Amino acid sequence: MLKITNLHAKVEGNQILNGIDLELEAGQVHALMGPNGSGKSTLAQVIAGRERFEVTEGDITLDGASILELAPEERACKGLFLGFQYPVEIPGVTNSYFLKAALNAQRKNRGEQELDAMEFLALLKEKAALMDMDPKFLNRSVNEGFSGGERKKNEILQMCILEPRLAILDETDSGLDIDALKVVANGVNTMRGEDRAILVVTHYQRLLEYIVPDKVHVLANGRIARTGDKSLAITLEEKGYGWIEEEAGSQA
Amino acid sequence: MTTPDSSLQDIAQRQYEEGFVTDIEMEIVPKGLSEDVVRLISSKKNEPEWLTEWRLKAYRHWLTMTEPTWPKVRYNKIDYQDISYYAAPKSDADKPKTLDEVDPELLKTYEKLGIPLGEQKVLAGVVAVDAVFDSVSVATTYKEKLSELGIVFCSFSEAVANHPDLIKKYLGTVVPYTDNFFATLNCAVFSDGSFVYIPKGVRCPMELSTYFRINAAETGQFERTLIVADEGSYVSYLEGCTAPKRDENQLHAAVVELVALKDAQIKYSTVQNWYPGDENGKGGIFNFVTKRGICKEDRAKISWTQVETGSAITWKYPSCILKGDDSVGEFYSVAVTSNWQQADTGTKMIHLGKNTKSTIISKGISAMQGQNAYRGLVKIAKGATGSRNYSQCDSLLMGDKCGAHTFPYIESSNVSSTVEHEATTSKISEDQLFYARQRGLSEEDAVNTIVNGFCKEVFRELPMEFAVEAQKLLSVTLEGAVG
Repeated sequence: MLKITNLHAKVEGNQILNGIDLELEAGQVHALMGPNGSGKSTLAQVIAGRERFEVTEGDITLDGASILELAPEERACKGLFLGFQYPVEIPGVTNSYFLKAALNAQRKNRGEQELDAMEFLALLKEKAALMDMDPKFLNRSVNEGFSGGERKKNEILQMCILEPRLAILDETDSGLDIDALKVVANGVNTMRGEDRAILVVTHYQRLLEYIVPDKVHVLANGRIARTGDKSLAITLEEKGYGWIEEEAGSQA
Repeated sequence: MTTPDSSLQDIAQRQYEEGFVTDIEMEIVPKGLSEDVVRLISSKKNEPEWLTEWRLKAYRHWLTMTEPTWPKVRYNKIDYQDISYYAAPKSDADKPKTLDEVDPELLKTYEKLGIPLGEQKVLAGVVAVDAVFDSVSVATTYKEKLSELGIVFCSFSEAVANHPDLIKKYLGTVVPYTDNFFATLNCAVFSDGSFVYIPKGVRCPMELSTYFRINAAETGQFERTLIVADEGSYVSYLEGCTAPKRDENQLHAAVVELVALKDAQIKYSTVQNWYPGDENGKGGIFNFVTKRGICKEDRAKISWTQVETGSAITWKYPSCILKGDDSVGEFYSVAVTSNWQQADTGTKMIHLGKNTKSTIISKGISAMQGQNAYRGLVKIAKGATGSRNYSQCDSLLMGDKCGAHTFPYIESSNVSSTVEHEATTSKISEDQLFYARQRGLSEEDAVNTIVNGFCKEVFRELPMEFAVEAQKLLSVTLEGAVG
């Protein structure tokens, strides 16, 4: 479904991605790990089409077609979802209004029937219950005054509503206590399915105890330094990232 | 007194006549201002002697005044002798015959606002309102219903003729003829406007809108509005229109006076979208308006809500004098400046009575090279014990060439009162835009969503239908401002 080939990208003159190759099939969950500054968040944002990153070489394809020329909203309408590491506040815009506008924009783009207020509300209530979210959150402004954990739950709620085909979750576990972590993981796991691919970006192995990945990639110095199964995550937990960086360094 | 029916007919005919029979005398009123011109305007309108004298007093006072320079706006000096102060209604020969002759930019805006073709013709000045709608009957039904309740809603000139006692009693009592340069000028040369009187204990059953007053078509550049709400009454008044109107006059100096008696409530909503000038800052209306209301007696309430998106320059401070004990003043404002627009706007809340309350919510949006200033005064007099004010001034910047400025003045003369002021300045951040777009919203929709969220506290004060229009208007105004 997602294929990244020899991807190079820079921001404000700094080269951050140095030739990423990564492939993600429908039905799979991959984890992307790596130390601070290795380029994980950059990769997530480049896939989603953030304009301040400049792709200098390589390609990203979704179902065989390049998406590099597409605007962020066009990628979203193709079923790409990014769960943000730092979800922003949008004062005065209620969560439910925002989500309905987003969902209907996507449905309209795909030629599907837009949901009316009642249909949407029913869907929203169902998914909010799944995420253990108080319905009053839905009428509060997007992320305004939300705690870190509430924001992350809200991201997953949005994912559950938008039902993307490819979800990239950027450090969705950071700032979560163990209970919230379980809720978030449960939300993600209900989204696993044959037609959907999920890329979980994380620092720690902890989240992967709840969301068991099919593959683990380790990013170092803007490249995939190593790919393995879930045991790689455990090795990293024990040994840290140092040895991978050294390996990557000696190869360069 | 004329019946609503016959007066409407008069109006319809008057326009017709003036279109065909050129009134030589009217058209040769020379440019410039003098006592003779003031007298002429007054006599054209068959005004009583006292009103002519009042205009003259204002004119003489105006001669002693100088144009204010304190607003944070810049414009070329206005030559007051180069303005024609009596504009007869346009002859048909000057009007565009079809929409094809109308500025295509204007038509594009109408289309974006979703204005039906018939209304477009009216707004562009191709035809009069009554030629398009069956508005004679609409307006008549409307008027009949109001007059059953004793409500007076008519043009200022009609009010002078039919309700001279009310006009004499209240005219100039809130904004005296000596008030300020532009208001004083208006007192001398005002063209026409609206008058509203709500009798004791009557709750006006509908929003009063100038839109339905078909004779409002040519109120001209010096408009004057007076609204009197008698004891225990309520009225909601809508001014303006979301569609930009074709207008040749550059200077607009209007005066609005509101009088709320005991337990009365006036809600005054404005959507102003006059021509702002082109993208190079050429042309556009100068909007120098004086709006003030007085809560004359106990427990009266006046609420101003404004959405200002038009005009090259806006200079406007809708204010409340809270004289009655426990009276309430409110000001909710959204002011947008884009391209080269400049706005210096805000409010004055003058607390005189005991336990008076005021709320100020101001939202300024600046885009492109727009300059937006909030200027507000909260004054609490010595006798206004136990009074409270809450002010919140938020500015939103789009791009890096625009500006936002806040000038809050607070004068409190007693210790039992509280005054709170909060101010924020924010930018539509790239983070917010990317977040919304990642969820599937187009860039325009993302901007609109964020801007509407910013204005929410003001929009929710507008009557429902007006609020929807205001949101649409905002999105058209800010089109292309980001990116």
